[in-house]
Amino acid sequence: MTASALRIAACAVAAVVLIAAPFGLKPYGIYVLSLWAVTVIAAIGLNLTLGYAGQVSLAQAAFVGIGAYIAALLTTNGWPFTAAYVLAFAACFAVGWLLGYPALRVQHHYLAFVTLAFNTLVFLMFRNEEWLTGGIYGINRVPRPELFGVSTASPRAFYYFCLVHLVLVAAAAWWLIRSPWGRAFVAVRENPLRAAALGVDTRRYTLMAFALGAGLGGVSGALYAALLQYVDPTPFSLTLSLNLLLMVVVGGSGYFLGPFLGGAVAVLLPEWLRFAQNYYLFGYALVVMVLMVFCPTGLIGLGARLVKLLPKQTAAAGKPAP
Amino acid sequence: MFTDHWSLITDFLQLLVAGLATGAIYALAAIGFTLLWQTSQTINFAQGEFVMLPAFFVLAAMNVGLPLPAAIVAGIAASVLVLGVLFKQLVVDPMLRHGVLPLVISTIALGLLLKEGVKEFYGAEAQSFPPLGADLNVSIGGASISVQSLVVIAAAVVAVAALQLFLAHTRTGRSMQATAQNPAVARILGIPVERMILYTFLINAALTALASILVTPIYLAKFTNGEWLGLYAFIAAIVGGFNQVRGAIVGGLLLGIVDNFAAAYLSAAYRSALPLVILVVVILFRPQGLLGRLEERSV
Repeated sequence: MTASALRIAACAVAAVVLIAAPFGLKPYGIYVLSLWAVTVIAAIGLNLTLGYAGQVSLAQAAFVGIGAYIAALLTTNGWPFTAAYVLAFAACFAVGWLLGYPALRVQHHYLAFVTLAFNTLVFLMFRNEEWLTGGIYGINRVPRPELFGVSTASPRAFYYFCLVHLVLVAAAAWWLIRSPWGRAFVAVRENPLRAAALGVDTRRYTLMAFALGAGLGGVSGALYAALLQYVDPTPFSLTLSLNLLLMVVVGGSGYFLGPFLGGAVAVLLPEWLRFAQNYYLFGYALVVMVLMVFCPTGLIGLGARLVKLLPKQTAAAGKPAP
Repeated sequence: MFTDHWSLITDFLQLLVAGLATGAIYALAAIGFTLLWQTSQTINFAQGEFVMLPAFFVLAAMNVGLPLPAAIVAGIAASVLVLGVLFKQLVVDPMLRHGVLPLVISTIALGLLLKEGVKEFYGAEAQSFPPLGADLNVSIGGASISVQSLVVIAAAVVAVAALQLFLAHTRTGRSMQATAQNPAVARILGIPVERMILYTFLINAALTALASILVTPIYLAKFTNGEWLGLYAFIAAIVGGFNQVRGAIVGGLLLGIVDNFAAAYLSAAYRSALPLVILVVVILFRPQGLLGRLEERSV
């Protein structure tokens, strides 16, 4: 069996498990799995910005928050979910585009701090602008959407709703990465000067990488609001941005499947390791540090390395997709 | 609100001293931050936790029966060992070859590790911490000024002056500066660059330990303290100038003063927003910081 066949088989098994899982799970398990799908969408967005275009962003939680509040405000005021959803994407896309401008001037750690400051400012706004966001009390009774006359109010129906979105977002990202745009992102990441010399409009692609990543954050937020049916400022603090960053890097930054794995480690694993209780985060931090020392390309990179250790003919195809 | 001009002035003076005291603490953390960046391109996202942790070392030493002065010495020694030597050898050294981003991720994880570690192994409740000076106020020209603030300012001034003397007037200090400016040339000149980098880590640990001992009596010892302390240390370092010790001092003091005045005269809800706005404005319009030199961008 070659490595690519192995990968297709693994994806097929994962797909079957994801479709069948709700039938063997209690509502809480279905909720956790839905949360995983929603989180992975945000992480896919961050992976576009960070992994492919190489722009460090610590603001993804702010976009998830903006998306969640837009969806919550509009749907509780009687708007259809689809409109809220599209607006959440569009608004985050626009704000992400604007946040990209600092990235044209400053790089690396400076950019990390600008985005960090942005995240905290947005968080303060969620908390303090009570007339709009309800302050610390948040917004209650966010309805779940109805699709072609079918309600998604039950946990199982909403899980499939999230899963379909995850598949759509993943397919779009897959297509994007292989399009000339995706190649331009990687070119901007690897060597911006050379990319510019070859005629890539680095300015436009940097902004686009930010905007698309932010837009997916908004999509994730809109789903999050409908999943919890309640929105308050707490989840959208800097902590979530740091966690999303860890997810992308632990999974494998710049690898298509990285966010799926990273999301699983951050969202699903703690539920299975309930016996570890509060020590889970302690252990998680330790594992991340060890992983960074031995394999900064994350779990995907680790997997690729293990595949290389297999007999020779499998090693040839063992290089993961960029 | 104000009865006359005189109370306006005394209020101003009280806020100024309180601002200088908190600013001095931010400056200590920010100086260590810039030193690490200069000598080893380490952006320490766990710097806040480095200020949070030493207070718990001191508390632990007092729990086994040491008197406060001995506990402080033990706490600083433990910090230099754990946050200096072990941090460099276990976290930074193996990561340097991977570049800046994996090291940033690693220090983010380290911050999480220290935070969760204190929460699980020491306790999640805020602990009171003994103050260094008498817990009372003195009246200077009608303004009531806490002895605490004066002790903090004095300790920070002594520490920074000692650091500047060391860096500028001793052989080791000058070797450290040479290492920071150009490690390759420093190595050619026979300076043991590796050891100089280690010294930087030790100094950073000592500075954060001092900041910890000064800040904790005011804000109590709590495992979450690192979150905002780290943010303020970053902001102070960047606003002042990332590649300058002087810059970190100015940035720290400015931040402390702005923070205290904003809390008193502007909206309390957006008090914590002001430092962030200053940060964004400085990064966008003067990325080298108020006192910094322009660094050439490497290709």
